[in-house]
Amino acid sequence: MATFTVDGKQYEVEAGTNLLQAILSQSLDLPYFCWHPAMGSVGACRQCAVIQYQDAEDERGRLTMACMTDVQDGMIVSVEAAHAKDFRASVIEWLMENHPHDCPVCEEGGECHLQDMTVMTGHSVRRYRDKKRTWENQDLGPFIGHEMNRCITCYRCVRFYQDYAGGKDLGAFGSRSRMFFGRVEDGVLESEFAGNLVEVCPTGVFTDKPFSQHYTRKWDLQSAASVCPGCSVGCNTFASERYGVLKRLHNRYHNDLNKYFICDRGRFGSHFVNSQQRVRHAAVKANDGVFEYGDVNAALDRAVEILKHEDVVGIGSPRASMEANYALRQLVGEENFCRGLSDSERIVTDQACSILMKGGFKVPTVTEVEAADVVVVIGEDISNTAPRIALAIRQATRNVSFEMAESANIPLWQDAGVRGHAQHQRNALYVATSNSTRLDDIAEATVNALSDGITQIASQIAGQISGESHENTFVTSVAEALLAAERPLLVTGTSLRDPNVLNATAAIAWALRAKEKEPAMLIAGSEVNTFNTVVTCEGLTLNSALTRIADGASAVILENDLYRRAQSDSVDRALEGDGEVVALDVVESETLVKANVVLPAASYAEQTGTFVNYETRAQRFYQVFQPQDDIQPAWRWLSKIASRLGRTDASWTTVDEVSRSALAALPGIDASLEELAPTKDFRIEGEHRVARQTHRYSGRTAMNADVSVHEPKAPVDDETPYSYSMEGQNPGDQSGSVIPYSWTPGWNSNQSIFKFQAEVSGDLLGQSGGKRLFAVPSEPDAEVDKEFDFSVTQPTRPAADGLVPFPIHDVFGSDELSAQSWPVAQRAKGPYVLIHPDDAAVLSASAGSGVRSDALVGSFEVVIDDCVQSGSVGIAVGLNGRVEIPDRTIALVVDPDFEPRQLGDARVIAKS
Amino acid sequence: MSEVELIPMLSQEEVAEIEAEISHLPDRESAAIDALMIVQKHRGWVSDESLSAIANLLGMSSAELDGVATFYNLIYRQPVGRHVISMCDSVSCYVMGADGLAKDLETKLGIRFGETTADDRFTLLPIVCLGACDKAPTMQIDEDLIENVSVEKLDEIFEKYT
Repeated sequence: MATFTVDGKQYEVEAGTNLLQAILSQSLDLPYFCWHPAMGSVGACRQCAVIQYQDAEDERGRLTMACMTDVQDGMIVSVEAAHAKDFRASVIEWLMENHPHDCPVCEEGGECHLQDMTVMTGHSVRRYRDKKRTWENQDLGPFIGHEMNRCITCYRCVRFYQDYAGGKDLGAFGSRSRMFFGRVEDGVLESEFAGNLVEVCPTGVFTDKPFSQHYTRKWDLQSAASVCPGCSVGCNTFASERYGVLKRLHNRYHNDLNKYFICDRGRFGSHFVNSQQRVRHAAVKANDGVFEYGDVNAALDRAVEILKHEDVVGIGSPRASMEANYALRQLVGEENFCRGLSDSERIVTDQACSILMKGGFKVPTVTEVEAADVVVVIGEDISNTAPRIALAIRQATRNVSFEMAESANIPLWQDAGVRGHAQHQRNALYVATSNSTRLDDIAEATVNALSDGITQIASQIAGQISGESHENTFVTSVAEALLAAERPLLVTGTSLRDPNVLNATAAIAWALRAKEKEPAMLIAGSEVNTFNTVVTCEGLTLNSALTRIADGASAVILENDLYRRAQSDSVDRALEGDGEVVALDVVESETLVKANVVLPAASYAEQTGTFVNYETRAQRFYQVFQPQDDIQPAWRWLSKIASRLGRTDASWTTVDEVSRSALAALPGIDASLEELAPTKDFRIEGEHRVARQTHRYSGRTAMNADVSVHEPKAPVDDETPYSYSMEGQNPGDQSGSVIPYSWTPGWNSNQSIFKFQAEVSGDLLGQSGGKRLFAVPSEPDAEVDKEFDFSVTQPTRPAADGLVPFPIHDVFGSDELSAQSWPVAQRAKGPYVLIHPDDAAVLSASAGSGVRSDALVGSFEVVIDDCVQSGSVGIAVGLNGRVEIPDRTIALVVDPDFEPRQLGDARVIAKS
Repeated sequence: MSEVELIPMLSQEEVAEIEAEISHLPDRESAAIDALMIVQKHRGWVSDESLSAIANLLGMSSAELDGVATFYNLIYRQPVGRHVISMCDSVSCYVMGADGLAKDLETKLGIRFGETTADDRFTLLPIVCLGACDKAPTMQIDEDLIENVSVEKLDEIFEKYT
């Protein structure tokens, strides 16, 4: 620890930090631009100047850049000294020379770090009278707006995009006052983390383009703490609404998960909430097969009638909340409840859980992923299925650079120094996947194989570790690296739908354990709440549920498009048979139109509930705004049906009650709702609610005047600790699960988050939220290990002509809900297949032409890729509304009528 | 795929010279500046197509290489004339009348700074100190340093550069 004095007051900090970070950690105000808590210091902007004194006698001191100064024990500095303040004011005056006076029309206005810092330094009169330099802006695609005139040359954008996220197509051009930050030419920013530029840029150069198209000032947004529904990581977000439209998502700091960054599927994938595909009204299918909309009572009566059938099946969903799944399970009974996973996903996901639980392996947080020193990715294209994990793996490969810096006496926060010293030295990352991935550029070695090939490689690695001797250099180098590692990490997932891949990965972990290396093991699930469905109950398989429906059973289908999860013919048989169906969903689907009753379900932004992520961390997301039209949370619909059926055991009045029952019903898990997040009775200082609206929220009396001049009564919230008004508080020391937005006096931008942290980049003052349902074992239980069979059974694939299909996942488009978000739909590709050049030649298919198969729905664009094994075909899943791929070889034929979908040709249009 | 096809944008001679530079260096991208200079030597300037081809050869992205190329004022990213006149605009030359000389130069060539004459003979650019303050005003034409420049001497100076 080091004790240092700022303006006569003593503070204690961890030695080895830089002075700026140390000062901010005391919650003091010191302006800065180029420093970023996750990216360190480069000393580019000169804004954080302070006066440093030699000793107590020194009255003059000297100017020093806080971000470039190591904190020393006994150091005496002044932030408030007149000379330091003058210097900082002149720095901002230079920075502002070329900055336009366009704050009133700038999307950053009101949450602009440059505005905040300008006010903080006291620069209020412009003396500069010359012309400002101006730039032509670029079209950077559907996500990011570009306004270069506002740039103050802090370099944060390229430091994040290139150095942190590994993007290649955003650069810094020119020199001196002619710096330009953008692409070589107009075009879509390729990185799936580009959206973070919106938050990283301290002013309005890079802005949220979809948000700009229906813009609202930050202070006019109504926000609540939320959880991203995009994948199994469950990144924390601030979700913000106005006029009944979910306007945008921002990153919400979680110390163990996303910290400062989220991916673009999360950030831009939320607009499905506002899409034209939303189901907004209850509907009953009349005898003529046409839906009659809008009579909620009639729909409920009809649903009750359907559920009075002697045989009722309930199909849940891995994208619905814990509460909705539980309510359905209660309603139909465990023996009639299907978790809603496809049969192949069910097998592989159960296996994943079984490995983690029985194997007792340590499941790493995202922060722990970043700390790994050797990473082996087996059978999961993690950049596409759980992008935030891939970003963390990228950071893990930098750990050696910090070790090198330490031994060279370079401070670890000295970003340029650390990177320059390490050059291309990286921690070992090995990737074994079916297709090339966006981590390959930093991998020590990669190998591409089908799932059985990957299984074989993984079992050989396990064998090599246990003392066998293999020829394959990939196998031997991975084994060697793992044995030499201190914090080895194995990353795999369920997307290949092959339990053998998981078994073989577990065999590696097991072999390492035998060598007294305890590896961390991360298994990515396929959807936001997949792991909740696993811990819930066994349940019916999807195909047995479908068979029962086909045989005449009634069914309740919860937020699930069954066509994505089972072969079309079996779903057709079920939905077109005698069994009557009540379907609840957020967006329209092929399944929904075949139901007898449709009930519009609330999206995650319109309800409070719980998702369980890949580490079995149960996290609460809160209602951001009340749903309009007939929309209600799914659990409430089910509750209403249950109460009309006289079933008091399956009806509740508040979400907290359902959550408590759901948690209590989890087998072998002891978790109370209070441990997850504050409940409805939580009050700040025992009396104040948390305000969803900022204290200067405007237009409350006028915003709906086009409908009625009478100001509506603010909704009463009896389900959450929040209020639907500006009455309430957001002090920053409440639980991290219930921070609605980040703001403190003087800090309007997202940079204010440091005031919510115990120290810069430390945990939140009120601690990050959620609870891991399964505790991490401190020591592996030797007994349970023996119960578990890690052996790999060789798959029996029927020999047949044709190509072996394997799934390809796309960050934009493969996920069902985000694909219905209009910005993401513009980025998503049309359905495509990856094939080897030899196979393309046999088919006489050229790149860009179309192919189809009897076993697949629709036509696919041909992408030729020599990473794909000859004799196999990678099928992009989800893009044609199907996720499950055939389990046998398929024959492709050229489709002469194929027309490729152009990028930017959105299938879905924004509501506003 | 398309990037691979861009390598033919460089001549065999250029590729050989660049590879020779790379052979002295720890990694390919360290040859960035040399590679840009080699291509400029052969072609007079570095076009977008040449830039992509060099980037591809060095295993860098175009954005990374263009960041290097545009940082240096002597790497030309637009076509220049057969000869480039770099006129010093720093303090010593200014004191010795470079200001007026610059205007005379513009009149004589019929172009402004940053432009190229219609016959492609000269491109006129400003430059910071050439390190010959004792013989100010100075200019550089191609590789030649020219000292004690005056408007009267211009014809004689230009004679050599056809």
